[in-house]
Amino acid sequence: MNIEARQPSRSSRTKPAIVDVDIHAKSSVEDLRPFLSNRWGDYLQTYGQRSRHGYAKGFPYPKGQPLASRRDSWPPDGGLPASNLDFMRHQHLDQYGITIGIMNPLSPTGQGDQNVEFGAAMCFAANEFQIEHWNRLEPRLRASVCVPYEDGELSRTEIRRRAGDQRFAHVLFMSRTSELLGKRRYWPIFEAAVEAGLPVGVHVFGYSGWAMTNSGWPSFYIEEMTEHSTSCQAMVTSLIMEGVFERWPELKIVLIEAGFAWLPALGWRLDNAWKKLKNEVPHLKKAPSEYIRQHFWVSTQPMEEPDDPEHVIDVMNWIGMDHILFASDYPHWDFDDPFLALPPKLTAEQRGMIYSGNAQALYGFA
Amino acid sequence: MAKHVVAAVAEITPGGRKLVDVKGRPIVVFNLGGEFFALSNRCPHRGGSLCHGKLVGLVESSTPGEYRYSRRGEIIRCPWHSWEFDIRTGKSWCDPARLRIRHYPVSVEAGAQLVEGPYVAETFPVTVEDDYVVVEI
Repeated sequence: MNIEARQPSRSSRTKPAIVDVDIHAKSSVEDLRPFLSNRWGDYLQTYGQRSRHGYAKGFPYPKGQPLASRRDSWPPDGGLPASNLDFMRHQHLDQYGITIGIMNPLSPTGQGDQNVEFGAAMCFAANEFQIEHWNRLEPRLRASVCVPYEDGELSRTEIRRRAGDQRFAHVLFMSRTSELLGKRRYWPIFEAAVEAGLPVGVHVFGYSGWAMTNSGWPSFYIEEMTEHSTSCQAMVTSLIMEGVFERWPELKIVLIEAGFAWLPALGWRLDNAWKKLKNEVPHLKKAPSEYIRQHFWVSTQPMEEPDDPEHVIDVMNWIGMDHILFASDYPHWDFDDPFLALPPKLTAEQRGMIYSGNAQALYGFA
Repeated sequence: MAKHVVAAVAEITPGGRKLVDVKGRPIVVFNLGGEFFALSNRCPHRGGSLCHGKLVGLVESSTPGEYRYSRRGEIIRCPWHSWEFDIRTGKSWCDPARLRIRHYPVSVEAGAQLVEGPYVAETFPVTVEDDYVVVEI
């Protein structure tokens, strides 16, 4: 096989500023070792990691492409996709003129580990690694505060440690939590995030320990991919109904990789039920859809692609054009090319908001 | 339409592929069991580089529970979103009615003929002894 591929580079004059809120910078377990204490390094070596699912190794739903990554994203040094800064610059940051990219490490981060103290040590290491290995060398890449989210207090400790550090863009955890996200056990995360002035990014996937649907395990990966739109509806509903946004009116949630066309329908349904059942949740001071519009931001990848692109623009208008953030999901196989991802009918102003303006406002990026 | 010499036949073995640039257009040339096919390298869905894709077969099902796997190695699966295209026709397997990759005529010519022209081969050394893959564009 003879490969001489180079994507045609685009003229710098036509490059819009782009903030990419979903880049999966990768580390290995060995990369994190220098940031672990001897106690946890030894533990890692002896006992390893254990996520909340019943499989010893690997994905319960293999991903369709190796490591769920673009086949052209494996760097020439033989490492894993998005593990090599120079290659990431060449293939993504410089290729598209990404002005700021938020790193959302998925694994290994210790997030969701059954041993929450070990998880906290791993999250600390993953956060240090993002700074030392990535941000220090490439300031365009901003870090996420990974937290051991199944333990609210340990998460709070890690968020406080990073509070005020501009190199961290948001608090990050995974969508499949072991209880619905509005429950009290997660409140310290929200409280600490608001205290630190950080939005909370919830990236889809992770392992809750429960089957991913209400009726057990689906048969196909395609079902796992699309299940996010149902589990995220339960998550959004829980956050609203538990009164989280009444307790922390400054709380900002970014839904990452969750799609978003399901949000308006959820809002309509909740509003309808709320009119009849208000007295069950009297702590809600406004219609559920208003909490959605005020407190949730969505990211573009993967965007629903209806036959009629007007439909997705209608959805975007419902959510609010100022609450939509561009995301590429680099290096994963369902990556979106920044220049082709948005519906062509958006105005130049709307594109500017989605590419960068909304993220700059939300995250306070200069 | 000019003819462009893009590779020596021996360079693209059966099952192999080569990405070439013809007049600024990235084109990927496949060898399927000795037959050559040239497609635009740009996936019409979102622009993935097809030459980095995986060669797969055609999986069909006439009814749930019955599966047919045929034409091994004749379908290219985009490295990004896994859209599949028939290398022989350029047609999208996901959406054949609407999507098709640009397909270019290919031929194999003897070096002895090419040396005489009228082929465009400025950037490619051609010798009389070998056979060459020629793309028309």
